[in-house]
Order: sequence, then C-alpha cells, then structure tokens
Amino acid sequence: MSSTMLRKLFTLTAIAAGLTATVAQAATVNLYSARKEALIKPVLEKFTAETGIEVRLLTGGGDALLARLQNEAANTPADLFLTVDAGNLHRAAEAGVFQPLTSAAALAAVPDHLHGTDNLWVGLSLRARPIFYAADRVDPSQLSGYEDLAKPQWNNKVCIRSSDNIYNQSLTAALIEHWGEEKTEAWAKGLVANLAKPPVGGDRDQLKAAAAGVCDLAVANTYYFGLMQTGDDAEQREAASKLKIFWPNKDEFGTHVNVSGIGLTKHAKNKAEAEQLIEFLLSAESQAWYAATNNEYPAVEGVEWSETLQAWGEFKADDLSMTFLGENNAAAVKLMNRAGWR
Amino acid sequence: MGFNLWRQFTLVLTAVVIGVPLLVICWSVLQLLGGGDTSTLTHLWATVVPEYIRNSVLLLLGVAAGVISIGVSTAWLTTACRFPGQRFLSWALLLPLAMPAYITAYTYTGMLDFAGPVQSTLRDWFGWGYGDYWFPQVRSLSGAILVLSLVLFPYVYLITRATFIQQSATTLEAGRSLGLNPWQCFLRLALPLARPAIVTGTTLALMETLADYGTVQYFGVTTFTTGIFRTWYGLGDLQGALQLAGMLLVAVILLIFIERWSRSQARYDQRSNRPAPPFQLTGWKAIAASIACWLPLVFGFLLPALQLASWSLERREVWADSAFWQLTFNSFGLAVLAAVLVVIMALWLAYGRRQLPTRIVRTSVAFAGLGYAIPGLVIAVGLMVFLTTLDHGIIALSKAWFDYNPGLLLSGTLFALLFAYSVRFLSVSLQTINAGLGEIRPSMDEAARIQGYSPLQVLRKIHLPLLRPSVLTALILVGVDVLKELPATLVLRPFDFNTLAVRAYEMAGDERLPDAGPPALMMVLVGLIPVILLSRAMLKSQQSALKEQEFVPVTA
Repeated sequence: MSSTMLRKLFTLTAIAAGLTATVAQAATVNLYSARKEALIKPVLEKFTAETGIEVRLLTGGGDALLARLQNEAANTPADLFLTVDAGNLHRAAEAGVFQPLTSAAALAAVPDHLHGTDNLWVGLSLRARPIFYAADRVDPSQLSGYEDLAKPQWNNKVCIRSSDNIYNQSLTAALIEHWGEEKTEAWAKGLVANLAKPPVGGDRDQLKAAAAGVCDLAVANTYYFGLMQTGDDAEQREAASKLKIFWPNKDEFGTHVNVSGIGLTKHAKNKAEAEQLIEFLLSAESQAWYAATNNEYPAVEGVEWSETLQAWGEFKADDLSMTFLGENNAAAVKLMNRAGWR
Repeated sequence: MGFNLWRQFTLVLTAVVIGVPLLVICWSVLQLLGGGDTSTLTHLWATVVPEYIRNSVLLLLGVAAGVISIGVSTAWLTTACRFPGQRFLSWALLLPLAMPAYITAYTYTGMLDFAGPVQSTLRDWFGWGYGDYWFPQVRSLSGAILVLSLVLFPYVYLITRATFIQQSATTLEAGRSLGLNPWQCFLRLALPLARPAIVTGTTLALMETLADYGTVQYFGVTTFTTGIFRTWYGLGDLQGALQLAGMLLVAVILLIFIERWSRSQARYDQRSNRPAPPFQLTGWKAIAASIACWLPLVFGFLLPALQLASWSLERREVWADSAFWQLTFNSFGLAVLAAVLVVIMALWLAYGRRQLPTRIVRTSVAFAGLGYAIPGLVIAVGLMVFLTTLDHGIIALSKAWFDYNPGLLLSGTLFALLFAYSVRFLSVSLQTINAGLGEIRPSMDEAARIQGYSPLQVLRKIHLPLLRPSVLTALILVGVDVLKELPATLVLRPFDFNTLAVRAYEMAGDERLPDAGPPALMMVLVGLIPVILLSRAMLKSQQSALKEQEFVPVTA
C-alpha cells in the first residue's frame, strides 16, 4: 500500500514540478545539445544578456537526445537540437525531427555544402581529421594521403582509435564516397594490419603514443592537438611539440572535415527566438569564440581563425556534402566490422 | 481473502510497472520472432557477436575469480582472525564501493599508460625507449578485469562477512578440536557453509559487470554492452540494439538461475548468537594477513583517490564555484530520495513474496529484479518510450477536458530519473532485504503469534530490529549506486539539471582528466559518508554479537 501511495505522491510532485517548469517565462529557447556544457554555455549566457531571452539547456549524447526528441514528438519542449558530426545531423534529419530553417541571414552566412538537405540544419563549426607524424622519424615527402595508412611500408607504425568512434565512421563514410566500397574495405583491412597497438583510447591517446614512439603516424581531430598544444600539462605540450600535421590528399579531395551543427525542431514552440539564437551563433563574434574555445574552424567564412589554427596553416578541406557522411554511416560501420577494425 | 487477492494484484502490478523497460526489450525481441527485420542481427552475428560473447564471458569469469578471491579472503581474515589493523581494515575494505568503476579506470590509465608518470619515470631511470621493455597494457581485457574486481569485490566481502560473523561457534570449535588449523577451518568448514552468500555477492558483482559500459568502453574491450551501443550509435538501429539487449537479458536470467540453483542446493541453518572465538595471528602470519587486506584497499581505493585528489588540486578554483556545489546537492538529494523509494518498494515486494508466495507473485518479483544487469542506457530508452507514450495520453486528455497543455509531466522530470533508478537498483535492495528476511524464520512469527502478539507487534518487536541491518545496507548500496549512476541520468534528466557523475563524464569524455577530478572526488567523498555509516553499523553488530556471548542464547 505504502508504495502505491508513494507513487501517487511522486506523481503529484512530478505534476507540480512539470507545472512550474512549463509556466512560460517571458521568452525562452529550449536547447538540446550534444556539445558539452563547458563548450556552449558561455555563449548562451551572452545571448541572454544581449537579448533577454532565457536559454534552457540539456546536454547529452547525440543519439540519446535524438531518441528523446523522437519519443517526445509533438510535445517536445526542445526548440533547437545541436549535435556534433554530420552522421548524427543526418540521422536527425532522416528521423524527421527538424523543420527547414527560414532565417535568410543564417542560411546565407554558411556555405552551401554545410547545409543539411532542404536546409534542415546548418553547420556551426568544422573540425579536420588529418594525419599527424612524428617529426623526428618521418619525412613528410613519403606521405601523400589517407591511403598511406594501409601501405605495407607503415606496417606496425599506425595509431588510430576504435571504429566505435563516430569520427572514424565519418572518415570511412567519406572515403566510401570517394573511393567506393571495395577499395575502402581493402584500405580498412590494410590499416588494421598496420596498427602499432590495439585501437584503444581517445584521439589524444593516439597522439601521445606517436610522440612517445609507439607509432610514427596517428590520425586525430585537430582540436585534440590544439588542446595538447595550449593545455597546462607540460608533458602534453612536449608531446605535441614532437608532432606535425600532414594535410592529406591535397591534390584530390583534401582533408576530411566534419561539422557541428544546429537545426530547428519540427515542433518548436519558440520558433522566432530559436532562429534568433541560431543567427547569434553565426555572428562573427560568437563564431570566433565558439570555434576558438574548442580549437575548431568557424563555419562562417571570413571569421578570423584562432592563433593556434593559423599556426597550422591553410589546407584543402574536403567539400563533400555533409549529407553523404550520414548516408554512408551504416555502410561504413559494417565495412569496419568486416575489416576487423575494433 | 479479498484483501489477499487485492494485495496480490498490486504486488504483481508494482513488479510489472518496474519491469516495463524490460518488457519493451522483450517486445522488440518478440517482433524479431514474428518476422521482423533481422538484417542487422544477421550481420552482427556474422561479424562481431562471437567476439562480444567471448570477451563478455572472459570478463565475467575473470571478475568472478577476482571478486571471490579478494572478497572471501579479506572477509575471512577480518572476521575470524585478529591481527594489527584488523578493526580498521574490516570497515575500510568497503571504501572501494564509493569508487565508480569508470573513474578508477580513468585514474589507472592516467597513471599507467605509456605516457603516464610510472612508465615515463621508468624510461627516465633506465634510459629506455618504446619497445625496449615490457609493460602490461592497462587498456585491455585483463585491465578491465582487474579494475572491475577491485571496485566490485566489496559486494562479496560485505555479504560473505555477514555470514562468517553468524557462523556458529560450535561448528568451528568442533573443527578445531579435531585438530584443524585456521586455514583448514576456513577451507573445510567456513567456506562451504558460506557458499550461498558468496554466490549472491558474486552474482551482484557480475550483474554490475554485464551492465558496465564506462570501463570497458574506455579500455577498448568490445563486450556485449559496447556492442549494444555500437549498434545503436553506429548503425543507427535502436531496434537491433534492443534485440542485442534482449540476448543480454537471457544471459542474466541464466545467471540468476545458477544462483538460485546453487542456493537451493545448499541450505544450512546453523545460526547461533555465539560467534566463534577469533584466531590470534602473530609474527609473519599477522604480517601476511595484513598485507592481503591492505592490497585491495590500496589499489581499489587509496591510489585512485590520491590521483583524483592531485587532479583536484590542479583545479582548485572549482571548489569555490557555487554551480559545483549545486551539482553536489543534486547528486546527494537524488541518491537519498531514490534510496528511500527503492527500499520501500523492495520491502513491499519482499514481504509480499514471503506472505503470498504464489507462483505469479514470485515470478513477477523475480522479473522486477532483472534490471540490475541491464545497462542503464537501455533501461532509460525503454522507460523513455513508455513514459512519453503516457505523457502524450495525459496531454491529449488534458487538452480535451481542460483545453490546457501541461507539457511532459513524467518523461521530462525527476520522476523519470527516480523511476529509472528503481528499475535498475531494485534488485540490490531486494536481494539484501530478502537475505535479511530469510534470517527471520517463519517459526519465530508463529511462536510470537501463539504468545498472543498481534501481527503489528510481530513486525515491531521481531522484524524491525532483526531487519534493521539489511534495510540500512540496502539504503546505502542503492544510494551509492545512484550517486555513481551515469547513463540513465544523462538520458532522462530535465533541463539545466546536472549531477557530479554527468560533469565528471563530460570532462573525461573530452579527455580532460584533470577537469574531471573535482566532480569525481566529490562523488567519492559524498559516497564515503554512507559507506562509512554502513561499516560502522556492521562493526557494531559484530560487537554486540560478541557481547551476547555472556548470555544464555535464547532461541525462538
């Protein structure tokens, strides 16, 4: 008996909590974000200070937030969904949780290949996934592109993380688009054969391993390298100093890049405010902060790069439409399963 | 009779509601049988599932061996023997419980990785480079087994120790008078007699192992659980993921059957109020016993805690941040609330099962307890599907009747979190309370009733005092588990609501380990309070048992 009573009590409190939560404040935007709190909250606070519009934030894993959005359907409190990686953005678009953006300012600010199909989302920042090499052991003239990772000459000399990670899934998805599935699978098999150590740890661990001599080549996202270079851990700074970036396939499709992006939910209740927030995120000032705080490249062209990024130099970025990364994701995972890439 | 029927109905209902997320999983498996889409599953079977099974089985075997050897040996040494530091160790050995497994994994990786301080120092000393020397790989299956064993052995320790304390002096004295030394007493008498307790503790540890995602994922060990997430995230196939979860559920049911079977094979009733006099250890034996107990404490708690403390010092400015204290408050409040709720539910179900042991009640209660081994994220998804459906109904009704949209009352609030914790952790408290209830023999109730006690008096005078330790244990185990819980919290929490575990994870996930230090340390510190409470309660019960030696034992 006590438990049913208790359950009733909790239902009541839940209702009370729900009521207080839904009694609408003046102007609010509700944001589901796969980008971590520390990397988004400051810019949201700035938005509130400038416009008086409150932003309520819920962070979480991209897939989990998407599942929540789908289940909440028409009753979702979320107005905006921000997620990282084109694969996730594509999945959200396919799931039908977005509605096309109408803000001309926002759409014009971002280059076309960083728009979702039907303008369902726009990119906010770019991260590149080049090859890093140990400067004391590798002559960069030996390198040409991602295909090197599978060549016998680098046997036992390559570090890359697990294929569980979406960055590797997107990279493989892009290669499927450029090379076709057969060649990409052969490449994945060659890569697995070349691994110097099991594909464990994060991107930063691969870089550290290359610096420490475990391998000569490592694949990682640029912002991890940036964090190592600018962080306050002396050992990591030293490790980063031993590595250099090689921008692969510069005469072909270029370096694989990926996005973080944002879309308006289909059932957004605060559409005007939400689009206002997107425009704010695409303003030069926010873009500079948003990109610099995570060592990413701004999505809006002409926004000045952070010093760290400038030091790495210009490169040819793959301008493959981001939608392909999403479309090929499942094929990429299956291919990597077959190649034995753990 | 009418009351009993009604009670039976509500019992089953409680169990079913708790089991809802599991039913969602079963449903997706059934769809499979009914000719659903099997293409994902076929692909997975052909490529990765054999490896998942192999790794999961090895992990389970390794952790079982680890927790049994550490848990049982320390439990025996601290109860049956006296050596320097024994009293301190007997409660300190519970401390690893406060350490979330994934946090321990982070700290050991930080310390022992190639670029970490240990290997770097070795290289500096001996002038080695990569490949000049052999060093065990932390991020590996054996690493995961070690970390999980170090964190989970207290379950075995706790439950086995309680049994050792209760073991009858006469049995052991008979053994000693027959010339058995302490070691033989342990091997031939105490150990076989404690088997049910060891199995229960190990089952809890193994269920936790199966549900673990953080540690194995961080260590790059592909298990069933990482496979579930890979299927969901990588292939974008939630159905396929739930189907894998269904297979996991089958494994869990098997595990529980083994546990039940092993307990039914051995039912010893040899409880007495007179504990056996301890063995006094001296000389090298005392030193060896001391070391055997210190090792798991040092590696399971002290070293990781020190690492967290050193990271926290690097980030000391956080401690002055009011938002950080808000996180602490959220975590602690949630833990207390959930612990009380879950224990009340467990009492309700455990008593129901004891007094109305019909097949349907027993089956549904057992079903409700399965959640412990299911990854929190899977439970969260099942629950989300269920609660949002309810919410849509409520909103539709409210709109039709009152022309008012109340929003998501259940799925977007703390209610969902508390519900998820109930599903996930009911088993912990149910097992603990069932064990306690098992000690109260029905004959005691009957004797008291014959003496003219009313049922309420029986509850107050017999059950309450005898059950208190198990209720306390259940409260603490659930509280500490909720404090550490991450995946379900991450998925189900409301807007602008974070916990220490969420913060630590966000930082560590970004490979910012020092930033993860303060919230992780705080989580451990908050978790310490209940663990120390538990330890003290245990110590007290042992002392009072010792005192009772002077009285003539009274049996009901």
